[in-house]
Amino acid sequence: MTNELDIFVGNTTLIDEDVYRLWLDGYSVSDAVGLRVRSGILEQTGATAGVLQSDTMDHYRTFHMLERLLHTPPKLLHQLVFQIPPSRQALLIERYYAFDEAFVREVLGKKLSKGTKKDLDDISTKTGVTLKSCRRQFDNFKRVFKVVEEMRGSLAGNIQQHFLLSDRLARDYAAVVFFANNRFETGKKKLQYLTFGDLAFCAELMIQNWTPGAVDSQVDDMDVDLDKEFLQDLKELKVLVADKDLLDLHKSLVCTALRGKLSVFPEMEANFKNLSRGLVNIASKLTHTKDVRDLFVDLVEKFIEPCRSDRWPLNDVRLFLNQYSASVHSLDGFRHQALWDRYMVTLRSCLLRMYHD
Amino acid sequence: MPGKLKVKIVAGRHLPVMDRASDLTDAFVEVKFGNMTFKTDVYHKSLNPQWNSEWFKFEVDDEDLQDEPLQITVLDHDTYSANDAIGKVYIDIDPLLYSEAATVISGWFPIYDTIHGIRGEINVVVKVDLFNDLNRFRQSSCGVKFFCTTSIPKCYRAVIIHGFVEELVVNEDPEYQWIDRIRTPRASNEARQRLISLMSGELQRKIGLKVLEMRGNAVVGYLQCFDLEGESGLVVRAIGTACTLDKLSSTAAFLPACNSPSKEMKESPLVHPPSHGCRSTHNSPIHTATGSRLTQNFSVSVPTLIYTGMGSGSAGKEGGPFKALLRQQTQSALEQREFPFFTLTAFPPGFLVHVGGVVSARSVKLLDRIHNPAFVGIMGNTRSYKLLDWNSFNSDEPETRDAWWAEIRQEIKSHAKALGCHAVVGYSESTSICEEVCILSASGTAAVLNPRFLQDGTVEGCLEQRQEENLPAGCGFCHIPYDELNMPFPAHLTYCYSCRKQKVPDVLFTTIDLPTDATVIGKGCLIQARLCRLKKKAQAEANATAISNLLPFMEYEVHTQLMNKLKLKGMNALFGLRIQITVGENMLMGLASATGVYLTALPTPGGIQIAGKTPNDGSYEQHISHMQKKINDTIAKNKELYEINPPEIPEEIIGSPIPEPRQRSRLLRSQSESSDEVIELDLSHGKKDAFVLEIDDTDAMEDVHSLLTDVPPPSGFYSCNTEIMPGINNWTSEIQMFTSVRVSRLSNINLTNQTLNKNFNDLCENLLKSLYFKLRSMIPCCLCHVNFTVSLPEDELIQVTVTAVAITFDKHQAVQTTKTHVEKSLQRASTDNEELLQFPLELCTDSLGPHPFSPAKEHLESASSNSGIPAAQRAVSVEKASPLTEGHFRQRSAPACANSTVGVVKMTPLSFIPGAKITKYLGIINMFFIRETTSLREEGGVSGFLHAFIAEVFAMVRAHVAALGGNAVVSYIMKQCVFMENPNKNQAQCLINVSGDAVIFVRESELEIMSTQQPIASCQPACGGGEIAT
Repeated sequence: MTNELDIFVGNTTLIDEDVYRLWLDGYSVSDAVGLRVRSGILEQTGATAGVLQSDTMDHYRTFHMLERLLHTPPKLLHQLVFQIPPSRQALLIERYYAFDEAFVREVLGKKLSKGTKKDLDDISTKTGVTLKSCRRQFDNFKRVFKVVEEMRGSLAGNIQQHFLLSDRLARDYAAVVFFANNRFETGKKKLQYLTFGDLAFCAELMIQNWTPGAVDSQVDDMDVDLDKEFLQDLKELKVLVADKDLLDLHKSLVCTALRGKLSVFPEMEANFKNLSRGLVNIASKLTHTKDVRDLFVDLVEKFIEPCRSDRWPLNDVRLFLNQYSASVHSLDGFRHQALWDRYMVTLRSCLLRMYHD
Repeated sequence: MPGKLKVKIVAGRHLPVMDRASDLTDAFVEVKFGNMTFKTDVYHKSLNPQWNSEWFKFEVDDEDLQDEPLQITVLDHDTYSANDAIGKVYIDIDPLLYSEAATVISGWFPIYDTIHGIRGEINVVVKVDLFNDLNRFRQSSCGVKFFCTTSIPKCYRAVIIHGFVEELVVNEDPEYQWIDRIRTPRASNEARQRLISLMSGELQRKIGLKVLEMRGNAVVGYLQCFDLEGESGLVVRAIGTACTLDKLSSTAAFLPACNSPSKEMKESPLVHPPSHGCRSTHNSPIHTATGSRLTQNFSVSVPTLIYTGMGSGSAGKEGGPFKALLRQQTQSALEQREFPFFTLTAFPPGFLVHVGGVVSARSVKLLDRIHNPAFVGIMGNTRSYKLLDWNSFNSDEPETRDAWWAEIRQEIKSHAKALGCHAVVGYSESTSICEEVCILSASGTAAVLNPRFLQDGTVEGCLEQRQEENLPAGCGFCHIPYDELNMPFPAHLTYCYSCRKQKVPDVLFTTIDLPTDATVIGKGCLIQARLCRLKKKAQAEANATAISNLLPFMEYEVHTQLMNKLKLKGMNALFGLRIQITVGENMLMGLASATGVYLTALPTPGGIQIAGKTPNDGSYEQHISHMQKKINDTIAKNKELYEINPPEIPEEIIGSPIPEPRQRSRLLRSQSESSDEVIELDLSHGKKDAFVLEIDDTDAMEDVHSLLTDVPPPSGFYSCNTEIMPGINNWTSEIQMFTSVRVSRLSNINLTNQTLNKNFNDLCENLLKSLYFKLRSMIPCCLCHVNFTVSLPEDELIQVTVTAVAITFDKHQAVQTTKTHVEKSLQRASTDNEELLQFPLELCTDSLGPHPFSPAKEHLESASSNSGIPAAQRAVSVEKASPLTEGHFRQRSAPACANSTVGVVKMTPLSFIPGAKITKYLGIINMFFIRETTSLREEGGVSGFLHAFIAEVFAMVRAHVAALGGNAVVSYIMKQCVFMENPNKNQAQCLINVSGDAVIFVRESELEIMSTQQPIASCQPACGGGEIAT
């Protein structure tokens, strides 16, 4: 005797958090049943495998029906078919849009296109995240991207409003969208040590300071693109390394201030010109799209790796960067103080965050 | 022109994309009532149109207001081709027709399409202006209230309970009309939905007229059913109980203290020690009538399970003469009625005097084809699906159906009489149809009623009432209602274990809920008997004969199973018994569900003994004794599980020997006046003892095994099929109503009765197990009103549908109460607080006028059952509690309102909502939906299809309730869920019929705030009413 049809419909839709997680993780019904059996639920409840199978099927069916609504979370709130308490609705949405660290590091900065979607097989194999789950996460990125891409107002705010995500998750999505839009390279081997958190931190700062939205809150694309004018202006910083007097003066100001305070003072003194050239050149090249994409690669190659090879402690890096930024204000011949600050405040924080093993 | 219906179409949202090119929709709305249609403007290129239409006004007769549904169709405008329908909303405007219910229907309704399901929502406002017209009630019955609830609704009191009302309407099923061959499935489904909507409107109006004739103002326990007879047509029938109801004053309704979970334990009656011993009788008269016409020919009536109460006229008892008087009055009150039936299952205190036992009757009929081509022609020409008065076309049809039911009711009536009862309570009717064979069933509980509620302000009735009340509470209804010396069948009686004055049967079966004043020990549990019988495929008469022959055996076996399972649980009474016999092409299924309890008034049940046929075989003996041990262990375990621990008492006190456990079963020659030839058949197991199971063949072995395979629910879970669980009275507010459906395919073709039984048993048991597992997060909880329905949609398919509600309860409190139980060994079954509120109040008002001599006892009882706390004290406690609670409430409710955009609507099959007070009834919800698909696989197969459909039905019910201004549906029932599939064609179709009462409820915690905001003085007089009465 086989059950052709087997359903359970509650007036309040039952959501089993554990099964929801299994479903989100992309397990098939039979795999999910297997995992649940191993969790010892049969012993706890005295249920049979058949009961578990039926229960899992039922939940999967419910989730499948809810998925359509989860694509536009405000619909989940207004729909009438599933009566779900608000706290559960929030949980459904939050978990649906949550993503795996391993997965996001693979696609961060990649174009959210069909081409990338085809690579999901490889990503799945590499990360151990099921293909189904990869697809969901990728589609979430793409969906969010499409909705907020051309919207006015704060990026994270827009995401929060249209997808009803928590503040934290909305900011993460803002980073994903920002990276995808600017196509920052994050996959290179030397960047592998950076976590999503590091990159999201940088993205947030860049959104705050380097986008058109940083100066005018009423422009289109205010948070997703870098401010073109700002990038253009950054060329002006080149004088800091091109003008030999200015560079020497800058160096002497920094060295005077830091003498005796750094454990790596000699190395700093020796490397000052290289480091400064690196940081300023990165700024001046940002008008080229190619160089924007390589921003993180350049930061690592031009600054982090040299410091790391000389075994700078984090605190020394901090002291150096603070002094390096501040000393520019004492350079009389330099007229772009505001521009320098807008560039350096963000860069300094990013570098400090990125400076770890 | 007695009514003006006004409709406004406000807006739509989440509409489907109808124009692929633009990904948008050009929507407009057609509003239709009767023959009139209005249209809104087209709202171009939007999925969230804002029509904000003018008020569309329909000036109509109130007769039409009652019959017709308001039909709202949302369409997509297309300049070049025909407009595409998006979907429809049918709104029953009946709730707007009575003054106390809703005044406006306003809200978001799901737009429903029978092929695509819900497609967006539409915001509609509907109002009705009724003009005062002296002739208003000539054709219509506006103003008569309808309730699905099978007890007196919570915020009303019954002035008079008039009695049985019934009506049926017949029409041709549009699905079987010739035009169906050329119209689309959508058109056909919509024709059906609309026709049924019309028919139920008409039916309700006709019933209303009958109520008005009886001078009532309401129908309680209204049950409407559809018989899809296929080619022979479509029958919509309804039964109910006409009443005159009075609305309770709102101050009383808002009094929280009166209705606080009262500590009834304090006033639980004396300890009455029971002894043990059991006995039951099974009477199965078989009528095989022979008539001239085939359709009338097969009539198998099986009035089974007559469990006796006792004769009241026995000499020497003080109550005797009064009882005789009472009997006369009741009789005269009831005799005026054709059928003294009541669809109620719970009653005002004092209403039910004695309960006789279950009476039931079944009859097998052959459905007649309709050969009336003229009919279809006329249907097609005039208002397309408007119901025509069938009588003018085919005078035979409704009469036949009416006659069939009249016959059955007559039989029920005579069985009740045989039990010395004048009335039948907890009455219900059902059908099972397979092809052209139809089994009609009716069942109820024979009872003796107090005439006080049946007549208007009868003084004498109350006098008798007093007499009854002198008996210790909670055992009166168990006393057998007829003369001990003149019993209609042999039964063993003992003196009541509560009062020791009257006689009681050893086992009591009823179809009603446990009376609130009944005393029980321990908790109750769901008991089911399940049975299948194979039957040869046959045609017409041969088929009907085969079924008729099988029925009595099934009834008997179902009964035996129930008995055995009841014994196994160590209990002695069944409530809410419902036996469903389903007919299929090649089998019959029987499913009986009931809630077993241990009534303190009845004797302790004996055990079950197993006997073998070959006593000399040693190994066999060993096997037998092994089985016996297993059974005894199970009984002991169950007693522990359900906390059944009656105190031991010396037998002498009872004054009656422990009866030998035995069961007799013989046929009762019915005393019905029918001229049918009655053949007596003896269906008993010869002369063996009742609870001796003889293992003489594999069948019996199976039986014993199946007895032992029923596993109890996991700990923390209880289940029952009655309104409330006997023995649990500390409900917390979390409820979860659900419907679960399973369809199983029987794999092997060479089925035997045994394998079939096992399959069916497994199906039901597994379903229950799944429910327990699914709802495990609610533990400790109880599944209440568990309602199983079985159908056989195809040859090898069994469909089981379950609707129930899980209610959480407070375990700690439960532990405490059980402790007191152990101490007192007694417990009151009543848990329904609301009922305690209204009837004592009623008693008070009643006793004001006509009884200056009204004894103080009544007042005492009414006051104590209110809560046991004096009124003044109550007021004080409310005052004290208020500041805290208020703060809490404000904090809690504010964020909830901000977050949720869709109001929560609770649904429950029960007549109450735990922890809350129903403040208003908004009207009856009675909805019928059809869903069809031609892309079954794409919609997730049969499970996906039905899951989505049921979820949609719930959504539509909730939306209608919310639009009426309500926040819950009580007495919700899914009366029909007919599912048909054709996976080869990738098609499926399902019909669902649901009903219930839309209500507004207020949480008790919120009530407290409301009441403290009112001056305390206002509750003082209400509580003090009883004192004035004395």
